[in-house]
Amino acid sequence: MKKIITVLTVLITTVSFAQNKNARASLEVDGVCLMCKTRIEKASLNTKGVKSAVWNVKTHELKLIFDERKTDLKTIQNSIVAVGHDTKELKATDEAYASVHPCCKYRDREIVDDHKEGEEHKDGDGHKH
Amino acid sequence: MKHILYILLMLPMMLLSQDRINGVIMEANEKNDPIVLPGTNVYWLNTSVGVVTDIDGKFSLPYKAEYTQLVISYVGYKTDTITVTEPKMVRHWLQPTDNLDAVTINSRKQATAKSYLQAANVFTVSSDELLKAACCNLSESFETNPSIDVNFADAVTGTRQIKMLGLNSPYILIATENIPSIRGASQAFGLSFIPGTWVESIQITKGAGSVVNGYESIAGQINAELVKPATDDKLFVNLYGASSERLELNTHINTKVSDKWHTGLYLHGNTHNKEHDVNNDGFLDMPKYNQINIMNRWQYTNAEKGFVSFINLKFLNDEKQTGQLGFNPDTDKLTTRVWGSEIDTRRYEVSAKLGYVNPEIPYQSLGVQTAFSSHKQDSYFGLNQYDITHNSLYANAIYNSIISDSRHKIKTGVSYTYDHYDEFVNTADYERTENSVGAFFEYNYDNLDKLNLTAGIRVDTHNLLGTFVTPRFHVRYTPWEKSALRASFGRGKRSANIFAENQQLFSTSRAIRITSSSPLGRQGGAIYGLNPEIAWNYGVSYLQGFNLFGRKADITLDFYKTDFKNQVVVDYENPQEVSFYNLEGDSYANSFQAELNYNVFEHFDLRMAYKYYDVKTDYNSGKLSKPLVPTHRLFANASYETRKQDKGQQWKFDATYNWLGEQRFSSTETNPVQYQLPDKTPTLATLNAQITKVFSPKFEVYLGGENITNVRQSNPILGADDPFGSNFDTTFVYGPIFGSMYYAGLRFKI
Repeated sequence: MKKIITVLTVLITTVSFAQNKNARASLEVDGVCLMCKTRIEKASLNTKGVKSAVWNVKTHELKLIFDERKTDLKTIQNSIVAVGHDTKELKATDEAYASVHPCCKYRDREIVDDHKEGEEHKDGDGHKH
Repeated sequence: MKHILYILLMLPMMLLSQDRINGVIMEANEKNDPIVLPGTNVYWLNTSVGVVTDIDGKFSLPYKAEYTQLVISYVGYKTDTITVTEPKMVRHWLQPTDNLDAVTINSRKQATAKSYLQAANVFTVSSDELLKAACCNLSESFETNPSIDVNFADAVTGTRQIKMLGLNSPYILIATENIPSIRGASQAFGLSFIPGTWVESIQITKGAGSVVNGYESIAGQINAELVKPATDDKLFVNLYGASSERLELNTHINTKVSDKWHTGLYLHGNTHNKEHDVNNDGFLDMPKYNQINIMNRWQYTNAEKGFVSFINLKFLNDEKQTGQLGFNPDTDKLTTRVWGSEIDTRRYEVSAKLGYVNPEIPYQSLGVQTAFSSHKQDSYFGLNQYDITHNSLYANAIYNSIISDSRHKIKTGVSYTYDHYDEFVNTADYERTENSVGAFFEYNYDNLDKLNLTAGIRVDTHNLLGTFVTPRFHVRYTPWEKSALRASFGRGKRSANIFAENQQLFSTSRAIRITSSSPLGRQGGAIYGLNPEIAWNYGVSYLQGFNLFGRKADITLDFYKTDFKNQVVVDYENPQEVSFYNLEGDSYANSFQAELNYNVFEHFDLRMAYKYYDVKTDYNSGKLSKPLVPTHRLFANASYETRKQDKGQQWKFDATYNWLGEQRFSSTETNPVQYQLPDKTPTLATLNAQITKVFSPKFEVYLGGENITNVRQSNPILGADDPFGSNFDTTFVYGPIFGSMYYAGLRFKI
C-alpha cells in the first residue's frame, strides 16, 4: 500500500519523467522551528542541482525546485536525512539526529509541544526564551 | 502455511472489529467536488496509534474509550483535530492552506522590526508603530524612530524636515512603493503630501542602500508602502482635531470590483484657519492652510498567472498662508505694508506597476514601474517670489532570478528618468531638463547562516551629470547567536535643486549669491552654474540581542561617515546673504548612534538612543560645523499596552522624549547688536505622549499631546519688528514655536 502511495506521489509531483530543468516536488520533512528550517533548506540547497528549497514550519512541507538532469528526490532526501531530519520515507540515523540542536529534537513530543504553544516567534527563531 | 499466515493476520482485525473507527478524508473546495485525499495522516492525539489513508482516502483505526482526539494532517492542508466519542464513520474535509486567509498568531510583533538577517541596515516600521503618534503625514511618522531626526517646524511654512546621519532630506532617497517620489520640487513639502493613514509600512535603510531605485541616495533610503485596495479596510474613517484648531479627515473606501480587480479611493483633507501668535512677535506661529489630497488605486491580482498590477492616480491641492497677523493677500501681497506669504501647490501623479512572478518558478519575477508627476508651486515670501513647475517621468524594469540556486539571487534591469524644471526666482528664470538612462545589476549571496552580502552596481548616462558608475556594497555577518555585524559603502550623485530644497531662504532679507565658477578657475556646472553633488558613504553597524533579567533586549551601535567629493555648499555665515558654491576642501558627516530596545515586562517596551553628530564643511569662512545640527541627542520612547480583552478592547500608552544638545547658529556677528545671536542655541527637551483606547477591532479613539512641557523658542524670527529691513531672518529656528498642543482623534473601520 505504502509503496503504491509513494509511487503515486512521485508520479503526481514530478510532472513527467522527461529531464526537467525546473522540476517541482513536495516532501514532508519533520522539524519544529526556524533553526530546523535553515538546516533543512541548507541541506537541500547543498545538493547539487537543487535551485530552490522552502520549508514551512507549520505544515512541514518542503517545496523543491531542482534540475532533474543533475539530481533526484532520493539524493535530496539523503542530504536532508544526513543532517538529521526525517522525511516521510527516510529516517535519519541516530548519529545524524543527535547532531541537531537540542531544542530542535522534533522526535521528542515535549519539545514539539513546547514549540506549538509558544507561538511567540518574536525573535524569529521560533523559540521562546 | 500461507493459510495460517492469513488467519494470523486476520485475527487482530476480527478481534477488534467491534471497536474500530472508519472514515474518509476529502479536500474541502468551493465546488464541493468529492476529492479524496490518499496519504493523509490520521492518528489519535498523544498516542502512536495512527494510519495513512488509502488510495480512496479511507482509513480505519482501532478505537478505545480513552481516545477522544483524532488528528488529521496532510501537507498543504490545515491540520484538524476532531473529537470522537464513539466508534463511528468519520467523514472529514480538510482545508487547503492556500485558502487560509486568516491565520491568527497571537504573538505580538515588534512595531519596528530590525533585521538580524539582511545585508543592508534596514528596519521596517509597521503600521502599529505609525499609530504611536498622531502621524498625520509622513514627516510626522518618524517621531518615534530614533534613526530619523524630525526637525521642528520652520517658522514660516510650518513644515518639518527630516534628517538622517546628520544630513537633511535631499540626501535621502524617499520613495513610495519603490518609486522615487519626494525629490525635485516636492523636496520641501513632499513629506506632508503623503497622509499618514495611507502608509502601510515604512522601510528605512541606513547608508547607501540598493542601486535598484537609482543613484541619488547618499545618507539612506526611505520607502513607504501604501495601503492596498485588496487588503485595506472596506471603509476606514479617521478624524483628527488639535487644540490649535487643526482638523483632519481621512476616508478610505475599498471595494472588490471583480475577482481580479480591487479599487480604493482615499481622501484626505486638512485645514487650519486660526491665527496663533503665542510669542507675540506679530507673526503667525504656524501657517493657515487647506489641503485636499485624493488617491485612487486599482489593484489587479491574478495568482494563477502570477500577475499583479497597481494603477494609481493622485491629485493634491495645498494652499498655505502665513506671515504677519492680519495679512490680507488681496491688498497686501508683494507690498511692504504687511509681510506675508502664500504657497500654493498643485500636484498630479499617475503611476502604474506590473509585476509578474512565474507561478512555476517563484524565484523568477519581472517588474515594470512607471510614474509621471506634475508639480506646480506658486509662492511668494514677503517681496520674494518663487514659482516652480516640475514635470517628471520615471520608468524602471527589474528582473529577479537566481544563479544556480536560491542562495545566489540577482536583480538586474534598466531605468529611465526625465525631469523638466521651470523656475522663476524674483526676476530670474531658470529652466533645465534632465534625463538619464541607466542599467543596474545587483547580486545577493545568502548562505542561510552567518553571511549575507549584496553587491550592486549601476551605470547611468545623464545629460547634465555625464556618464558615471554607482557601486554599492552591503554585508552582514553573524559571528555568534543573535548578533549581526554589518558594513556598507556606496556612492551617490545628485543635482542639487538649490531653491526648492532651501525655500526658507526666501523668508529672509538675505541676498542670494551663486558662485558658479570656483576660485580654481573650474568651469561652472550645468545646474545653476554648479556641479552635481557626489558623496561616498561608509558605515559599520553591530546589533546584538540578549536577555536582561529574563526579558528580551537588543542593542545597536552604528557609525556612518558620509564624505563629500563635491557638494553644493549652502552658506549662511554672512547674515546678509545666502551663497551657494561648489565645495573647496572637505565636507563630511560623521554620525554615531547607540540604541537600546528593552522589553521591560510584558507589553511594556522601552527604546532609548544616544546620537552623536559631527557634520563639518569647509566654508569660505573656514571649517565649521553645520548650523542647527546638535552634536548630542538623546531619544527615548516608552510604550505600554494592556492585555487585549475578549472583544479586543485595549488601552495603549506611548511617550517619546527628545533631548537636543547645543546647536551652532550661523554667524550673526556682523549684525547690529540687537540682531546678534549667541554662538550656540540652548539645549532643549521635548515630550510627546499619546493614549489610545481600543473599543473593538473596528473602533478606537486616541488623545495625545505634543510638547507637553510647553517648551518654546522665545524669538524664532530675527528682526520680526522690521520684516522689510535688512536683518529679517526666519531661519534661526532650533525649537518649538507654538508650545504644547493637544489633539484627539478616532479611527473607525469596517
